[in-house]
This record gives sequence, structure tokens and C-alpha cells, in this order.
Amino acid sequence: MEPFRPVTAIAVPIKGVNVDTDQILPARFLKFDRSAGYGRFLFHDLRFDDAGNERPEFILNDERFRSAEILVAGENFGCGSSREGAAYALHDFGIRAVIAPSFGDIFYNNCLRNGLLPATVPAQYATELRDTLLRLPDPRLTVDLEALTITDSSGAASPFTLGSFWRDCLLRGVDEIGLALRHTEEIEAFERERSRRLPWLS
Amino acid sequence: MQSNVTSQSARTLFEKIWDQHVVLRRTTGPQLVYVDRVFLHEGSFHAFSDLRRRGLKVRRRNQVTGFADHYVPTRTRRVEDAPNERVAEVLRQFSENVRSTGIRAFEIDDRNQGIVHVVGPELGISQPGMTIVCNDSHTSTHGAMGAIAFGIGQSEMTQALATQTVWLAKPRLMRINVHGSRAEGVHAKDVALAIIARLGSAGAVGHAIEYAGSLIEKMSIEERLTLCNMSIELGGHSGIVAPDDTTLDYLSGKAFAPQGADWDSAVSYWRTLVGDAEARFDLEVSIDGSLIAPMVTWGTSPDAAVPIDGCIPDPDKLTGAARSSAIDALNYMGLTPGTPMTEIKVDRVFIGSCTNSRIEDLRAAAAIARGRTARVPTVVVPGSEAVRRQAEEEGLDRVFRAAGFEWRHAGCSMCVAINGDFVPAGERCASTSNRNFVGRQGLHSRTHLMSPSMAAAAAVTGRLSDVRRALAFGPKG
Ligand code: SF4
Repeated sequence: MEPFRPVTAIAVPIKGVNVDTDQILPARFLKFDRSAGYGRFLFHDLRFDDAGNERPEFILNDERFRSAEILVAGENFGCGSSREGAAYALHDFGIRAVIAPSFGDIFYNNCLRNGLLPATVPAQYATELRDTLLRLPDPRLTVDLEALTITDSSGAASPFTLGSFWRDCLLRGVDEIGLALRHTEEIEAFERERSRRLPWLS
Repeated sequence: MQSNVTSQSARTLFEKIWDQHVVLRRTTGPQLVYVDRVFLHEGSFHAFSDLRRRGLKVRRRNQVTGFADHYVPTRTRRVEDAPNERVAEVLRQFSENVRSTGIRAFEIDDRNQGIVHVVGPELGISQPGMTIVCNDSHTSTHGAMGAIAFGIGQSEMTQALATQTVWLAKPRLMRINVHGSRAEGVHAKDVALAIIARLGSAGAVGHAIEYAGSLIEKMSIEERLTLCNMSIELGGHSGIVAPDDTTLDYLSGKAFAPQGADWDSAVSYWRTLVGDAEARFDLEVSIDGSLIAPMVTWGTSPDAAVPIDGCIPDPDKLTGAARSSAIDALNYMGLTPGTPMTEIKVDRVFIGSCTNSRIEDLRAAAAIARGRTARVPTVVVPGSEAVRRQAEEEGLDRVFRAAGFEWRHAGCSMCVAINGDFVPAGERCASTSNRNFVGRQGLHSRTHLMSPSMAAAAAVTGRLSDVRRALAFGPKG
């Protein structure tokens, strides 16, 4: 995985709370292989009408936000289905960081596994930030994972949270599966002990 | 850190099971957690590609089970009847992936095929004290067996298959106590919807839920499965109910439950799975179950639920984001504030999904359907082929057919609408599934969530109906 570097980019405010993964990636696109890219499916039914034309009212079709690499959302973003396709779609569209007060648990993990930064911020800050971004002609933010800060164009920096384990993984581009595989001996010892105690399980 | 053991040693049920599964204890953040059972459905093709790309093998195939459920057609048991070639391809890929890795799987033509969250408990594969993962958010269902069960993504599935572990930070702990007794016509689904309406869709974010209290203790396993299923609609990491005699009775004799001397050892182990009385939760909620009425959703988030004798709420009584979300939801749903719920007409009815497709659910639906006639297209999709057989033995299929309900084979079907069964654009569906999200049951579909008997009531009246008034629904044969 690519190490996460500070990103300065357009940040798009997504309205609402509890935005579910069915909105981020409608289920009918789940059957597709990853190789073709999932970017065009991102927010598909909000972005496009039934004829495939852009819906002008959806914010990602607004010229100011088209090239967004940061997303700012409300509470419980990515709730619902476990589909990792939601993280693929964000990633393939070019999103690098998602800022929200809270996330769906599985979506949060899926982001981390795809090099996407889920940045947790206070609810009040997320609301204000979304309002501010809507007003700015050039709605840019800088997200610095090393410093755990979000900086707006005026230079004001605000903190966000991410546990140190995941921060290190993202910064160093560590592969968590590889990391688990390094503990094969401990896993084997654990399994021996477990099947001695609970023999019917294995 | 062994100081002050007495006050710190009281542990919740979740913590006891958790502690038994930590392979690698780290001071903060995620631990390396062992998983006893890995379940997977057809959507796992990304994980299998990932395994191949990395040159990794399935570590413990005996602890892995596959289920064909999301993509299977429900009119027949033939892959060729999939709605399109890509869906058929996903089903074939699934068969190929499980066969080439030696994973036992319930494929489309297996007599025990069905939805993973129905079949796992039904065959006794899901047991108390286990950690269970599946590439599906409703894995929380299996918590009803007294297990820690949670959904994972594809990358985590790759890791689970290759190492039999996941990285997971211990969730915060929440207990939801439901006391009192349920009124007539109130199902586990209503209890779940009432809890979600009260706490909100984000009410349990970051928390592992334990359901407790007299009402829960009196619930059957199937009811507990319905309740734990919807933990995810509350934003929870997982949901668990402490195993008790009801659990043991349910498991006894199941095909995959321990047998003979193993059963006795298992029972003595399962008996240890209770939380300590002094154990502390980060969040605790109490709900009076006797106040719960049959519930129905009006919006596009499961917390948008009201009692069936209520009305569509007025967004103007809300403020900020909640107000604009409610306005968007009502526009999408084509509903007007102030409308009594029972005046809402439906275009079709779906009885099925991992929330409500077990035998008790079908019995409840059949009790309303018996001797009456569907006013709108209605499908009944049993959760498993075993449930289907049981229902047929009891004659429920004949009740449904006589009422004009369609009787299908097992699968997820219209819950997620990727197998060819869907709600046509603009139509309104009374559904026993768990999600009323925008487009969930098909592009521009409108979903009202409710219990199986409420869904059957909607079928025979053509509108959302109060099941407590069933006598007014017309002819009974
Ligand atoms: S029935 Fe619906 S919610 Fe349940 S596993 Fe299938 S698609 Fe998911």
C-alpha cells in the first residue's frame, strides 16, 4: 500500500447524517470486478439520473467540487452494508481522506485497508466545516496525518483523531495482512491451547 | 498491571469471550483476535482474488463455511436462471472458489442452502463463546447464540482466511435492558425497531451491545436472532444475548452442534458464559417493553419508525440536519406529514430476509394470510431450504398460495435486489427486511419495514395495517 502523504486538495461537503454504503455504492455494481475501477460508481444514483446524465444538483457535479480528494460528512458516515466496494469507489474516484464525526465500523476498517484516511472530528466542527466549504470559492483543505491536523485556507489548524496503530500503518504503507502473517507462531500456539481446552471446536 | 484485581476483575460476557480470543495483546489500539468461524457468501470473490494475488492459502478450511444467498435466483435452483450473465458468473465463481480451496459450502442446489444468518444458527454451526466473522454486516445476528459475531470487509476476509485472525480494537460496551412483557401483536422486529427509533441509527456506534432483561430472556432463539440482526441498524459493532437454557435446547441435536461427550463438555463451558453482576458498561439503556406497539418505518433510515397507529411526523418540528434529512426522506417516499400510517397504500409485499424468514416468522405471516386474499403482489422467500421444507410440512405454503402469495426458494432476494427480485421504480413495498435505504430494494424503490404479521396484514389489505385489528381485515376461511 502507498504510504499516506499530506494532502492539500478540494474538500467536498456531503450533506446529511447516516449516509449509508448503499448510497456510496449501490448494490447492483457490487458484482463487478475491481479491475475496471469503481470510481464511476461512486454515489452513482445521486450523481446520475436514469439516463446516465449528471444531476446538476448533486455536489460532486458542481465545478468547484469535481476534483475533490477530501470528503467532509456527517455522523455515522458509511453505515449499513459491509461492502468494501464503497471504499473502492471513493479510492478509485481519487478521494484520499474522509472527515466525519463518526463512521460505520466496517466502513471505517475498509477505508484503512484501502489507504483511505478516516479522520474523526468533533460534530460541531464537521458541521461548521461543511458550511464554510460551501461558501468558499476555492474550498481547499490540507490533511496532515503526521501532525493529525486539518488546515483550512486561512491557515487555521484543527485536530482530528486516528489511533496510533492505524496512523503508523497508513504513514508507512504497512500491509495489515502481512503484519498478521508475521505472528503465525503465536497463532499456532493459540490454536494448540484452544483445541486442548475446547476440543470440539477444531 | 495486576493491581486492584478485585474491582477490575468483574467482566461482561463480551469481555470474557473477547479475552479468550486475543492472540496478541497490545497495550492500545487493535488486538490480533482469533476467529473460530469464518462465514462467507458470493460477494467474497474479491477476497479470493486477493488471496491468489498474494499467493496465500486458506489456513483452516474446516473452520470456514460458504453460503450462496445474495445472488441466487429464488424461482428455481438453477444458476442459468440468474437475471444476467454477470450474476451467473458470480455464482459460478463462488462455487469454483469454495471447491478449489476445499471449503464446505451450501451452494444453490444444496438441501441446506439459505441465508448465512439463517443457516449458521439453524445447523448449529454458530455456537456460544465463539468469535464469528462474515463478509456481511448482519453477522451480528449470530450473537443471539451467545457468540461475538461481526461483519468484516473483503480485505479483512482475506486476512481471516489466511490467518484465522482479524485486527480489532475492543469496542466500547453497551447494555440494552428490555423489561416487561410484550403486548399482543408485538414481535421481536417491533422491539428492534422501537429501540432503533428511540436511540437513532447511530445510537450504538462503536459499541458491542448486550441485550438483557426479562423480555429478552423470555424470547425464543429465533426472536433473539431478529433482534441481534438489527444491532447494525443501531450502528452497533455486534449484539449478544447470554446463552441460557433456551440456547442449549435450541442447539441440542443440531447437525453441527457437538455430540455425545463433547456436548457435555461444551455445555459446561457454555454455562461459564455469563457476565459478572458487577461488570460495568460504558453505556446502559432501559426500555419498558410493555409500551412497545407494532412499528413501521416511514423514511429512508431505520430509525424513522413510528407505531402503526401514529402519523408521518412533521419535519418542521425538527431542526438543522435532522429537518433536511426528513424532508428529503419524505420527498423520496412520496409522503405528506400528518398522514396516518394506516392510510398508506402499498404496491407489493416482501416477506423474507435474514431478519424475518425463519419458521416462526412464516407462521406469524400465515396466521394473518389464512383464509384471506392478497390485494397486492406478495412474495414469501424462506430463509433457508430447511425452513421451506418445514413450512411445507406444516402446510404454510398452501396457506400462502391460497391467499395468492408467491412461494419461493431460499435467498436474500428482494432485501438487496441483486438476484433479479426487486421492487420496480416508484413502487412502495411493505417489507420484513432490515434496511429502508434509498434504492435498497431496487432503483427508486420505497420501503416500509415491519414485522412478518404486519407485512401479511399489508398484503391482505393493500395498505399499512394494524395487525391488532386483524379481525377487520375481511373474510377468514
Ligand atoms: S437478507 Fe438482506 S440483509 Fe440479510 S444477508 Fe441477505 S442481503 Fe444482507
